[in-house]
Amino acid sequence: MTAGSPDPQVPSGLLPHRIVLNARQMPSYSYGPRSPIWWGTLGFCAVEGMGFVLAVGAYFYLVFVNGTWPLSAPAPDLFWSSLHTVLMLGSLYPNYLAKRNGEREDLRKVRRDLVIMSLIGVALLGLRTMELGTTHVKWDHNAYGSIVWLLLGLHTAHLLTDVVDTIVLAVLMFTRHGHGKRFSDVGDNAFYWYFVVASWLPIYVIIYWFPRWW
Amino acid sequence: MTRALTSHEFDAVPEVTRLATGERGGLPGVQSEADAPPSPDELRDDQVDGPELSARLAKTWGTEKGLIGALSTVDHKIIGRRYIITAIIFLFLGGLSAVAMRLQLAQPESKLISPDLYNQLFTMHGTTMMFLFGVPIGEAFAVYLVPLMVGARNIAFPRLNAFSYYVYLFGGIMIWVAFMLNIGPDTGWFSYVPLAGPEFSPGKRVDFWAQMITFTEVAGIAVAISVIVTVFKMRAPGMTLDRIPLFVWAELVNSFVIVFALPAVVTASAMLILDRLVGTHFFNPAEGGDALLYQHLFWFFGHPEVYIIFLPATGWVSAIVVTFARRQAFGYIALVLSLIATGFLSFGLWVHHMFTTGLPQLGASFFTASSMLIAIPNGIQIFCWIATLWDGRPVFRTPLLFVIGFFFIFVAGGLSGIMLASVPLDTQVHDTFFVVAHFHYVLIGGNVFPLLGAIYYWFPKFAGRMMSERLGKWHFWLAFIGFNVTFFPMHITGLMGMPRRVYTYLPEMGWGSLNLISTIGAVLFFASFVLFLYNIISSARRGPVAEPNPWNAGTLEWAAASPPLPQNFDRVPVVTNREPLWANRDSLPVVAGLSVENREQIVSTITHGRADLRESSPEPSIWPFLTAVATTITFVGSIFTPWAVVWGSIPLALALIGWFWPKTSTEDER
Repeated sequence: MTAGSPDPQVPSGLLPHRIVLNARQMPSYSYGPRSPIWWGTLGFCAVEGMGFVLAVGAYFYLVFVNGTWPLSAPAPDLFWSSLHTVLMLGSLYPNYLAKRNGEREDLRKVRRDLVIMSLIGVALLGLRTMELGTTHVKWDHNAYGSIVWLLLGLHTAHLLTDVVDTIVLAVLMFTRHGHGKRFSDVGDNAFYWYFVVASWLPIYVIIYWFPRWW
Repeated sequence: MTRALTSHEFDAVPEVTRLATGERGGLPGVQSEADAPPSPDELRDDQVDGPELSARLAKTWGTEKGLIGALSTVDHKIIGRRYIITAIIFLFLGGLSAVAMRLQLAQPESKLISPDLYNQLFTMHGTTMMFLFGVPIGEAFAVYLVPLMVGARNIAFPRLNAFSYYVYLFGGIMIWVAFMLNIGPDTGWFSYVPLAGPEFSPGKRVDFWAQMITFTEVAGIAVAISVIVTVFKMRAPGMTLDRIPLFVWAELVNSFVIVFALPAVVTASAMLILDRLVGTHFFNPAEGGDALLYQHLFWFFGHPEVYIIFLPATGWVSAIVVTFARRQAFGYIALVLSLIATGFLSFGLWVHHMFTTGLPQLGASFFTASSMLIAIPNGIQIFCWIATLWDGRPVFRTPLLFVIGFFFIFVAGGLSGIMLASVPLDTQVHDTFFVVAHFHYVLIGGNVFPLLGAIYYWFPKFAGRMMSERLGKWHFWLAFIGFNVTFFPMHITGLMGMPRRVYTYLPEMGWGSLNLISTIGAVLFFASFVLFLYNIISSARRGPVAEPNPWNAGTLEWAAASPPLPQNFDRVPVVTNREPLWANRDSLPVVAGLSVENREQIVSTITHGRADLRESSPEPSIWPFLTAVATTITFVGSIFTPWAVVWGSIPLALALIGWFWPKTSTEDER
């Protein structure tokens, strides 16, 4: 091996190499913050979280400007939205299991968990559809309706994205691609689901409870 | 005092335990595939050397020939080069629209340009300069240079990066095509409501503007996240936080500002387009909305935007100053902390754009104070650069000349900025040419002059050839004089009361001669850019061939060939100093053991920069391009019908699945 010595054939001006470290034995992927994808997911959570914060800020700005709230409409119904919220909270456990079994690289359990999460996701989309029918206001009625539908629309977009992502990942884990680094992807998908749930809770309180308290 | 660097001042190469974590990939007790030993059949870079290693890696990391290959590339240098060239083309288009306006204003009651076209011109000028040039140019340089400067082989998320470029390109083309078809936006670069709302701006003009925002901000955020993760996780072993080049710090802070500022303008423009297209009432006071809400959201983005334009420029200045002063940066820690402080403070200033909207007294005072406060970190940076030059042995080549020009122009702009931070003065000169003069001193001084210096500085790396030094000096003086002749008189025209955004004025106002001087200056400034373009084209063809490190600089991009091979470095460097190439003049310490046949690169830890994983980097793929096409169809379609979002999401989802689905026999599997 000649790698350690200066090589006369190195292109002019490029420094010869002196090997001080060998990477052969390093692992080829890992989990959580050791993995670049985890940081990318966190970055998108930050961007989208900022979007939620601004939309919520706009909501309270409009409350402040108007004084009365909600504007010429009763507060939205609690039934479907609360059911939706309970199921979301309930999904945290299978989501945790998916992440943990992914880290254990247990393919059979990961498949099971992802199927459960996909079904929960579809059920949540169904509940969301019911929920949208009970807001008692449309986006074009007044500014109150506009901001309520903006918040719901923003969150539904996130919900839909992660459900589709979960389904695709579930299918993937049933193919021959379901091994190795894909287990790390399961963890990142679960991480994003935590964000979808966490961002919903304040929105739920603001849309459904705040107008009753104001 | 001038002091040469001696070798004993640098750390020796530290022991292996400080360079690598040595941790397993799988969790404790788990038999993980991550820890499987590498295949013995796979050739690794401790088995080959020299030109053979270079050639094999270039094949592994290369881009296929042909159109499909070009559209599938994930090489950050190719994408970065396209990004830079595209942003500069938009700079020229924005500049041409400015020249057209200056010609119209050269004399009173000129009939050269109609009021309607003039409205479109100033809107296109501002929009192009801010969204299609100002934000992207800093990110474009990051895309090209950050991976090289941290010793990586590619950017983190290279496909996202490619997607970002196409989305940016298509958004820019969309709005310029709309302008060519006489449906360009005409409500100013910030499109205030109620003027930009459905009542006063019927038609599609403002919708194109609002969707252009969506395009460019999606692109900007995608690059920002790629840059952050590249800096966090892709640094060469040994590059601890205090060895990160100042340019990379600037781009990192800039990316964070982008992550938190851009969602505000997306929210504002989304609400605007919803008000216009589906009848929401966010900004309609008759139905409980509020027009000032738009201004708050817009400027919550708009002020950080100024720093999104300025922060990368501080990175260019730091790199150029250090190299040409021939010493390490004076006050490295102070410079880094100033960058971070600027990033934070930039979010506390937005209301100073709204001083004339009738704010509560306390609010106005707070934002005056914070506007003055941000002068402190910026002042610290200027003093550190001057101290670096003072204590060094400066070599006045063209890049440094532009930096000196930046000092003069930016400081002058900063001084008029301090004046404008005071509410009474701001109220007097609001919406006059005084403000136009101020922000052109800040933006052209703070971004364009450092940019021109940066292009002269890194051109040898980009193109493998040197730019003409003689033409460069001509270019600098023509630009410096042209700029000041254009914009200095505007301070006076503004104080004389001339408002912004008027297509003409009466001769009795007495603004004629100052405007004529500004127009002459604009022609000179324009000529300097023609000279610049000529210098670029002629140097790219016939310039002297550049060595890998023509300026004898200290950062890692100069350890790669000029222009770099697809793999950037034949082996990943190990960093022992803030200026690695000054510390290691005879040989480069490197990591070995990575695959030669697959795209492997080192993933390291955030603070200590210890090598942790050898992860694979994505292969080229056509899907990011197709995703960008699907995104474009959705966004443009949504201008005409809201249902476009629904049916457009189907091809978009399919393209995304194609993007993420692992390909047979690729390194994605490992």
